[in-house]
Amino acid sequence: MSMAIDAVSWALILAGSAFCVVGALGLVRLRGFYPRTHAASVIDSAGAGLLLAGLMLQAGWTLATVKLLTIGLLIFFTSPTATHALANAALARGLSPDPHAKEEPSKR
Amino acid sequence: MFAAAAVALLAALGLALARAIGGPTVFDRALAANAIGTLALLMLAVIGFLTGRPEFLDLAILYGLLNVVGTIAVLKFFRFGDLGDPGEAEGER
Repeated sequence: MSMAIDAVSWALILAGSAFCVVGALGLVRLRGFYPRTHAASVIDSAGAGLLLAGLMLQAGWTLATVKLLTIGLLIFFTSPTATHALANAALARGLSPDPHAKEEPSKR
Repeated sequence: MFAAAAVALLAALGLALARAIGGPTVFDRALAANAIGTLALLMLAVIGFLTGRPEFLDLAILYGLLNVVGTIAVLKFFRFGDLGDPGEAEGER
């Protein structure tokens, strides 16, 4: 039983790491700001969620699991808020969501 | 296996850092900084398990709290031009 839990936990941790790398790769490779927000949210949702779930299975029923759950809830609620504020601020400052428009350089 | 996760997170951190350095707009940099914050939080949790010291999870919680506050503060500055200082009267500018 414990070996099965170990296997599931390793699979979750490796999948979470893979999603983190894929999200960071998208952060570098995608064109335009708004597609990049999509790539960054992969890190926050899939990467962090799977990685923390795997670590929770490793920790078992201890205080570490409660802390990991707290971190997961924190990311779950704050990351979409931050991404929404980011996209909202970019739109308010006149960054075009049109993917074919030329990227305008920073004003500051 | 924790080491594999740590190496993958390091690679992701490097890529996000490249975007933070080379991002054309300030919003790209803020987005990359937010991603770096999340990745550093995960890195702290993994390092805590890697070295067998779960105290690192407390640092990870603190880092998550600071990350969102920092992102919102930077965004408010770049959207409105200031942080909404109440001591500064409108007519004095």
